[in-house]
Amino acid sequence: MITKITHTCIYVLNQDSAYDFYVNKLGFKVHTDAPMGEGARWLTVTPPEQPELEITLFLIAEGAMFNKETVSTMTALIKKGTFGAAVFTCKDLLATYEELKAKGVVFKKPPTKEFYGMEALFTDDSGNWFSLSQANS
Amino acid sequence: MEQYEKLYLYKRIVRAKLFIDDHYAENIDIDNIADQANFSKYHFIRLFKSIYGKTPHNYLIKVRIDKAKLLLSADVSVLETSMAIGFDSPTSFTAVFKKLVRKTPSEFQKEAKTRNAAINRNPFLFVPNCYAETNGWIK
Repeated sequence: MITKITHTCIYVLNQDSAYDFYVNKLGFKVHTDAPMGEGARWLTVTPPEQPELEITLFLIAEGAMFNKETVSTMTALIKKGTFGAAVFTCKDLLATYEELKAKGVVFKKPPTKEFYGMEALFTDDSGNWFSLSQANS
Repeated sequence: MEQYEKLYLYKRIVRAKLFIDDHYAENIDIDNIADQANFSKYHFIRLFKSIYGKTPHNYLIKVRIDKAKLLLSADVSVLETSMAIGFDSPTSFTAVFKKLVRKTPSEFQKEAKTRNAAINRNPFLFVPNCYAETNGWIK
């Protein structure tokens, strides 16, 4: 029986920039930041109130996992905003929206009433987009 | 109109929260913070707590302790850490840290140092093998 997700992955175009976005703008915590040799880096962050879920900020780079063509295709798709990477939740969407906007986060959709609560959409520094939601109380 | 007023109110409270985030190391108090939001002190505390679940003072302490964890993990001394995050003395810092983290700053630092050394010695202990193999990190 599967019990939990421990790791998930967001593909990013630059790990330094992703670190700044997820840690300094979104307020995530660094879980592991380990050099893996030859310039490779294992970088995981956790949502502030979910320390057991590691989100890997995985660099799209040519190597054993991706060939040159795949890197080019993936980079173009991410930049284009093709991928919705996750749904985040917060206690107060309007406050979180105002704070993230003040920190320079780009929103594709402002807080909007939905049947389940409120939702806004924002993109990360690579181009991945996320839903930010607040459930009806 | 009501929605507009609500958004304006949120902007002011968020401004105060960001003021704490930026000035946590300085000698700031509730009056400074309430000034940032143009509220009376008690109205401000009530609104801040309704949005963030903590009083501005408790939020300020949380920000300071979070920063302390980062500094201690980077091997900054307890004394330097306490000064860098705006505490008057290492004694008061240690007392607050222990109350919130349930270990002393020295104990926390020792554990962080052990973990960092383990990462440097063998990072593969911290990476799921499927990722390490797929990336060619394990030959």
